[in-house]
Amino acid sequence: MILTRIFHSSLGKKYIMAITGGAMFLFVVAHLLGNLQIFLGPEAINRYGHFLQSNMEIVWPARIGLLIMIGLHIWSAISLAAENKAARPIAYVNTKTVAASYASRTMMMSGLIIFAFILYHLLHYTVQAPVVNLKHVDFRTLHDPEHRHDVYNMMIIGFSHPAVCAIYLIGMALLCLHLSHGVNSMFQSLGWRKKTYGECLSKAARVIAALIFVGYASIPIAVITRFLVQK
Amino acid sequence: MNLTLKVWRQKNATDAGAMVTYKADNIIPDMSFLEMLDVVNEDLLLRGEDPIAFDSDCREGICGTCSLVIDGIAHGGQRGTTACQLHMRHFNDGDVITIEPWRAKAFPVLKDLVTDRSSFDRIIQSGGFVSVNTGGTPDANALPISKLDSDESMDAAQCIGCGACVAACKNASAMLFVSAKVSHLALLPQGRAEAETRVLNMVRTMDKEGFGNCTVTGSCEAVCPKEISLDFIAKLNREYGKAVLVNRAERQNAGA
Repeated sequence: MILTRIFHSSLGKKYIMAITGGAMFLFVVAHLLGNLQIFLGPEAINRYGHFLQSNMEIVWPARIGLLIMIGLHIWSAISLAAENKAARPIAYVNTKTVAASYASRTMMMSGLIIFAFILYHLLHYTVQAPVVNLKHVDFRTLHDPEHRHDVYNMMIIGFSHPAVCAIYLIGMALLCLHLSHGVNSMFQSLGWRKKTYGECLSKAARVIAALIFVGYASIPIAVITRFLVQK
Repeated sequence: MNLTLKVWRQKNATDAGAMVTYKADNIIPDMSFLEMLDVVNEDLLLRGEDPIAFDSDCREGICGTCSLVIDGIAHGGQRGTTACQLHMRHFNDGDVITIEPWRAKAFPVLKDLVTDRSSFDRIIQSGGFVSVNTGGTPDANALPISKLDSDESMDAAQCIGCGACVAACKNASAMLFVSAKVSHLALLPQGRAEAETRVLNMVRTMDKEGFGNCTVTGSCEAVCPKEISLDFIAKLNREYGKAVLVNRAERQNAGA
């Protein structure tokens, strides 16, 4: 009965959106902190990559967990959006946008582009399919002197093509847009928002979204501007 | 003032309807928007045409009956104001003004600008009752309520149920309305006893009536003539979550 009230009600589906979105947001933060180690040089990031890859107990639960999160997030988004569309069968002839931010009106669009980006990102660095990196390098053959997978040089080669760099920047810009509304909304949907800190929360969401963009964008930009070079 | 109106005309609930252009001449700036429509209607009657049907009752901004989307904004865009309290001085001579009914599956158009908002009544009905003991009038202050709680409850109770929140929401969601109705009782001890069953039932009815879902755009709050805050939607989400987790309604039905 509790499950029916969550999976079959508008508010319950928003809880699912918020909880799965929140979990993926935490992953996005952790993933960023992990990746920023590229600025510490090959040793730091290769050791980190090796640590993750050699611990199946960490990698697989995380992967399965994320898959469930993204699946539920997309399922509830589609289900809610279909209801929203059905709720107004006849559109207005003249309609003006009042108060609603651009990000809040385009969550479905930004979400779908981010999903397409994730698929590309997985093919690029997880499956490591040589066709998508546009450099025709097989990342699986890269190893550092300590016979670990050479994550450092993989990222440098991976981001050295301008088109790939552009895909990442666009993906991260849309993630920033999505989070600027999403991080705030998840508190609202779970009822964890009050007048006293509500305004602070909406501003914090935008600042955090911008920081995430700056953090992620810094890596391909550092590569394309040759701040980071192959070692 | 001379104005051009583009008004949604629809003979009945099954008619397709269309926008029709009318001239509104010699309008006095101190007229309310509805008085302006009255003038146009008198003119239509004199010409033997069907007058424009629109809802109105108190015409002083407290009943929630008037319901016009004026130039793409529910109630016309003056903050904290119903359409009946919007005056023609806010428009300019020569303006072209579009007037449409609330648009939502749960608010079907009956005629022209008149919609059937009984879905709101069914949500209220499903909210049930508040337990009040019979007998003599209770002593004043026998039930202590903090000023903060009573103020917040009264803020929510200001909702006049006009439906502008639904009209303005891109998803035609009734969350602001339901949140106001759930909150004003949930904030007071008299309303706490049935708070859980109330929120569960009202949300179920809201979903059944075919309203959309909240995507936190804030449009509802911006057009609400009573300036009901988006914070009440957070409160509704919180109340619903608590009711689902505590699940007292289920336990009561099971006789536990």
